[in-house]
Amino acid sequence: MTRLERNDRIIRLALLLVAFSAVSILIVITAFIFSEGTPIMFRHGPGRFLLGLDWYPSEKLFGLLPMIVGSFSVTAGALLVGVPTSLACAVVLTQFASKRTARVLKPVIELLAGIPSVVYGFIGIVVIVPFIRDNLGGPGLSVLAAAIVLGIMILPTVISISVDAFQALPPSYREGSIALGATVWQTVRMVLLPAARSGIVAAVILGMGRAIGETMAVIMIAGNAAAVPTSPLAPVRTLTSNIALEMGYASGEHREALFATGVILFVIIMILNTLANRASARRKV
Amino acid sequence: MAGSPRRTQTIVKSALWTLTGATILVLVFIVVFILRRGLPEVSWGFLTRHPEAMGVAGGIFPTIVGTLALTLMAILIATPLGVGTAIYLTEYTWEGRLTRVIRFGAECLAGIPSILFGLFGFILFVTKLKLGWSILSGGLTLSFMILPTIIRTSEEAIRSVPAAYREVSASLGCTKWQAVTRVVLPSALPGITTGVILSVGRSIGETAAVIFTAGSALHLPTSVFSSSRTMAVHFYILAREGISMRMAYGTAAVLVVTILFINIVSYYLMHRFIRKYS
Repeated sequence: MTRLERNDRIIRLALLLVAFSAVSILIVITAFIFSEGTPIMFRHGPGRFLLGLDWYPSEKLFGLLPMIVGSFSVTAGALLVGVPTSLACAVVLTQFASKRTARVLKPVIELLAGIPSVVYGFIGIVVIVPFIRDNLGGPGLSVLAAAIVLGIMILPTVISISVDAFQALPPSYREGSIALGATVWQTVRMVLLPAARSGIVAAVILGMGRAIGETMAVIMIAGNAAAVPTSPLAPVRTLTSNIALEMGYASGEHREALFATGVILFVIIMILNTLANRASARRKV
Repeated sequence: MAGSPRRTQTIVKSALWTLTGATILVLVFIVVFILRRGLPEVSWGFLTRHPEAMGVAGGIFPTIVGTLALTLMAILIATPLGVGTAIYLTEYTWEGRLTRVIRFGAECLAGIPSILFGLFGFILFVTKLKLGWSILSGGLTLSFMILPTIIRTSEEAIRSVPAAYREVSASLGCTKWQAVTRVVLPSALPGITTGVILSVGRSIGETAAVIFTAGSALHLPTSVFSSSRTMAVHFYILAREGISMRMAYGTAAVLVVTILFINIVSYYLMHRFIRKYS
């Protein structure tokens, strides 16, 4: 018996070590990206990185502002496309659709979350980009194309988290409101949406993180010009594409600058994660 | 005036249904579009032959092998770590600061974009540890990426095993570890498998993290140290460099069919598992 007890103690210790794998990996990744990316930022001054308009690595000009603006403009567009649609789906799935319909529709939406981003990018190239070029002008490879494709890509994420937020509400909220004579829509607008707000905020923030972090689809359809986009039809380069496009051949300071791009992306994502974590923690209280 | 909220409801309801219908339509369109153009390219030869002239003709056999090798490597590394973490979180500790730190770490890891995993894998495995572009580098990088999914799904699966199972095994004089290995894990196995299968789907579709760590060599890998091109990377290169649209559609069709199949299987498993315990 004592042998078994000793074994159990060893196992507990081993499992504790294993349990820290995710945290340690996170720490190692953070350490590596920062140690490779921050020295060059301080050598040239963070201001020139964050606010510089010119990205000419061969001339040691590493201005990342066009990419920062690019990432945010594409993401804003994606939210504009994706969030209202996702909320509509979440409301329909939880409030209007019959149980049976919801049981069919929800898995369809979730299954499509698995479609690889390269496939979305490809659809962008062969369908959306030519459509924009022919009907709205410009090169087609644009902020708009990226916003539409990313807007579609974030749908499954935002829908499933918002659906969870609605389903986590006590049924009495809905029942009470209906019993008072409110229509379902009034109930949604005045009772359920405010009550599920923190969950929905978390869903939107996570969708935003997904859009900002997306790489391959954006490279394929955004045009990748390293300049601040002047219109929705102008080509754009995001932080992620900046890394992926030049990683293959960069060396020396150029490579360090790509890691600096990674640092900025990392900081943005961590801020978003923390916000989403806060929002969903508030729900549990 | 009394009829007005009802009328609003009718209008809003149809608008919301339209948006939902449009969403489903777009998602179905993507799959149908790829399959209609891609499936005619897919044949036995396409799956079993080597690519010719950088992929202009021939098949995609080495990329299928590469995908399998890389996915297998990632799963072999991530599953023990993920399931171990889940066991610790559910069976060996109580909720507190420690579990919060572990969960927060896993959540943050899940939010990191794949390109940053690629960047990290490239600098650590490919250059610092001198593993080069290889299945090993790519598999390690991918395993880090899928770890949070495996932790989360395993934890849910283990939690859904009824407490009575543990109480009975304790009353029979089992140690905790005996209860875990002989009672809890076998009952949670379908749920854990679901998470693993979902991660397989994710690994197969991943591009950004893989292209910088496993490289894009088109020959058949001979060991874990050979560079290898996955289907997703092959498809990306074919489409982006305009090498061959026909081959791109064919590869995309194989990719989409594989991933849909995997996701449907895991969805089916999960539902059987949920029904069993509720």
